Amino acid sequence: MKIAFTSEGTSWDSLIDPRFGRTENIVLFDEESKELTAVDNSAVKNDAHGAGTATAQKIFELKPDVLITGNGPGENAAKALKHIKMRIFVDANDLTVQQAYNNYKSGNLREV
Amino acid sequence: MTNPKPLKIAIASGKGGTGKTTLSTNLAAFIAEQDEVVLVDLDVEEPNSGLFFNGILTHEEDIFKMIPQWDESKCTLCGICPKVCNYHAVIQLGPTILVFPELCHSCYACSELCPVDALPMIPKKTGTLRDFQIEKLHFVESHLDIGEEQAVPLISKTKKYVARKYSHVSITIFDSPPGTSCLVMEATKDADFVILVTEPTPFGLHDLSLAVETMRALKKPFGVVVNRYGIGNDEVIHYCREENISILSKIPNKRKIAELYSSGKLMYRDFPEVKHSLSDILDYCITAVRGGIA
Repeated sequence: MKIAFTSEGTSWDSLIDPRFGRTENIVLFDEESKELTAVDNSAVKNDAHGAGTATAQKIFELKPDVLITGNGPGENAAKALKHIKMRIFVDANDLTVQQAYNNYKSGNLREV
Repeated sequence: MTNPKPLKIAIASGKGGTGKTTLSTNLAAFIAEQDEVVLVDLDVEEPNSGLFFNGILTHEEDIFKMIPQWDESKCTLCGICPKVCNYHAVIQLGPTILVFPELCHSCYACSELCPVDALPMIPKKTGTLRDFQIEKLHFVESHLDIGEEQAVPLISKTKKYVARKYSHVSITIFDSPPGTSCLVMEATKDADFVILVTEPTPFGLHDLSLAVETMRALKKPFGVVVNRYGIGNDEVIHYCREENISILSKIPNKRKIAELYSSGKLMYRDFPEVKHSLSDILDYCITAVRGGIA
């Protein structure tokens, strides 16, 4: 399984970015290879609107099986994400990527 | 006041809630005591000037903007459209092109650059324009539809309607949105004179200075009206003096004025000093624009 996290940083200790569209980074964990990688998403800062759809496009290209985020995607992003076969878990606010992953594994994150 | 050159006055502010609508509605009603006047509420996200007038609806129309519509049967999934959309209003998720009408700025890039014509532009309703008449006062307002994010096209089309229909009226007042965003620039860019309404508080001053910068960038002649004069401090007055900005009037802070406003009533008839202020403000605008100063 490939798990994507919206994150303020790029490591296991980084905090989850509660925003979907305007997340600083997308951190990816590949459960098979145990590899943790990160994709910079800071370019959306320059967009007044459309950050949600831009990030959804990026997520689509990364093809994760699971997305873990905080507040949850906004209306436009949610419309786009419906077209992606992926489970979405929210409310990981204030957790590190590691804690969010642990909570997801133990079934303690809310699925939307 | 019968002059061949029509006068367009925009009433704006940096800070919200300083009295744009109070000034717009009272000034328009004051002018309408003698002359034909048009008041246009361009704060299309939350128009409220209409609360002060009980007019006859003379015209109503839906306002549209053009958006692309995906024609799946023609599309070759070449990937050009999501790349050329600066607003992320068109994205490609594998075999699907998704269009987000609320994000679209109607720039036509995706539609024009599609090699197989798979994104024809179609009209989408974005708001409603209404035109009312109250004796010599014409009141035009537009409401942006819920969920719409692009207010600029609606503001632009509302101004075009007014220019077309009321070119013979000598004074038009535009009640602008608050802030200094694209909406404010769109609402004020055709004005001959801009009145910035502020209040004598630190917030009022902070946002006034942003609005002043905006008007200077737009090269607009402008002046300041200090509303709720008597509260806060003197910093707005000092700022205007230092920056060589004319203060057209100071409207006193009075509980009764707030009471009248909150019950949807105009206030100038109850306050002779406010009536004088309106007269001064109008004279200043006319003189500044029609060259009396030179």
